[in-house]
Amino acid sequence: MTALSHLQSVLEQGHFAVTAEIGPPMSANVNLIRQKAGYYNGYVDAANITDNQSAVVCMSSIATAAIVQQEGVETVFQMTCRDRNRIALQSDILGAAGLGLKNLLCLSGDHQSFGNDPQAKNVYDLDSIQLIHTVKGMRDDKRFINGKEIKTEPQVFIGAAAHPFAQPTELYLISMGKKIAAGAQFFQTQAIFDVEGFGNWMKAVRGMGYHKQTYILAGIIPIKTARSLKIMNDTVAGIRIPPDLIKRMDSADNQEEEGMRITLEIIEAVRKIDGVAGIHLMPVSSEQITPAVVERAGLYPRPQVEVQ
Amino acid sequence: MIVGQEKPVTELLDMIKPYKRVLVLGCGTCTTVSLAGGQKEAEFMSALIKLNAAKTGQDVTATTETVKRQCEWEFLDDIADLIEQADAVLSFACGVGIQAIAERYPDKVVLPGVNTKFMGMPIETGVFQVRCAGCGNCILDKRGGICPIARCSKSLLNGPCGGAEDGKCEVNPEIDCAWYLIYNRLKAIGRLDDMKQFFEPKDWSYGRDGGARKLRKEGIAL
Repeated sequence: MTALSHLQSVLEQGHFAVTAEIGPPMSANVNLIRQKAGYYNGYVDAANITDNQSAVVCMSSIATAAIVQQEGVETVFQMTCRDRNRIALQSDILGAAGLGLKNLLCLSGDHQSFGNDPQAKNVYDLDSIQLIHTVKGMRDDKRFINGKEIKTEPQVFIGAAAHPFAQPTELYLISMGKKIAAGAQFFQTQAIFDVEGFGNWMKAVRGMGYHKQTYILAGIIPIKTARSLKIMNDTVAGIRIPPDLIKRMDSADNQEEEGMRITLEIIEAVRKIDGVAGIHLMPVSSEQITPAVVERAGLYPRPQVEVQ
Repeated sequence: MIVGQEKPVTELLDMIKPYKRVLVLGCGTCTTVSLAGGQKEAEFMSALIKLNAAKTGQDVTATTETVKRQCEWEFLDDIADLIEQADAVLSFACGVGIQAIAERYPDKVVLPGVNTKFMGMPIETGVFQVRCAGCGNCILDKRGGICPIARCSKSLLNGPCGGAEDGKCEVNPEIDCAWYLIYNRLKAIGRLDDMKQFFEPKDWSYGRDGGARKLRKEGIAL
């Protein structure tokens, strides 16, 4: 019988889940990781550990995740297809399982042109859908891609990314359906600022019946300042920020508090949408604000579940 | 066709510095069509070499010739005398032509005048775009005749990444998202179901990853 992760148990027992991102350090600073894990302890069901996000070299997601788990916080380790071929990916999946990591988010990865090493060669031996399929095959069929048997299979809860605002919707829904068919058990979406747009997307998702086949965690970037909001709007692919929201931040006396209020309003709104199984916070190097967001959103304390 | 781009003149002048007699050799096929290394470009480079020599007092002579295709030895054999007389050949062919000279004339210095960019085609006057990555095992039947290996910045085989916006690639808004093109085309030809199919990890061994490639045509090769 499959050993469930804590996150999977929370979702399967019907609780509204909370995950939040931790960015590994751009150094070998372990204390920084322990500090960030400390912020999250008790406030999230699992912490996502990014994999050289924006194609910037950081400590490896698996190593960081193992350290975070030493601090008592379960992790979702992220894995992109940009930097490793199928040999390295499968090897790392086994290694991660050996270190006790139980949740994996499969991603294509930001193109290397975004980072500090635009001269790098990318790999993309597999795409994210093939990676999902590979992990499922390793776990359920006990087989590597090449068909060879795995005696002790990795136990992983498999996640994928969803893109509520990417157009045309139909194209991205086809991709989402392929991810589910390949083995994705949960989705973490790109950041939501336009709640109405997200609601429309969820309606389309429900139309496909995807919400019944998988858990959808709504992506939330806690808002800090009007400036950061504008930068995101202009530079981050797939993020759409309603002009009214920027205006509201611009005219606020206390931007930090206004940002928090808007963040909480977005969380409140997405919680009410049928088919949303949880939230995924992406505090973008401001991990310390996660506990306040979770607490003020009424999502603290986190459920204690019995893990099978 | 193979699309080339002339190397910067300063780089070429620097490259030919050690040599007194330079043959600037244009190629009459791909680099002619891609406006990078035909007779016109070769003659222009020759003139620049002479001009630079006059200016700097360097002792260098440049001769110009253009052959039909540098990538076939029979065309190179026609100008064996010219090649023999030169200290170095500045080839305006693609990487294939440059190597063909090096192989046919083992003791001759061959220099690249052109950067070989990609296999592609002109999409408007003076604008060329990649079309094929030479993967060795064509998948265009299931992708609506549009290649994601060559045209998606991540060579994704099953669908788009999350970075595209309004049909444009996250790498550069001047690049069309290949999956957006594939989706529209499959829709237009009534084969959107092709997109819904799961494509297994590709066997890259038919391409460069299988090692240096050689093709033997059975019944023709001796």
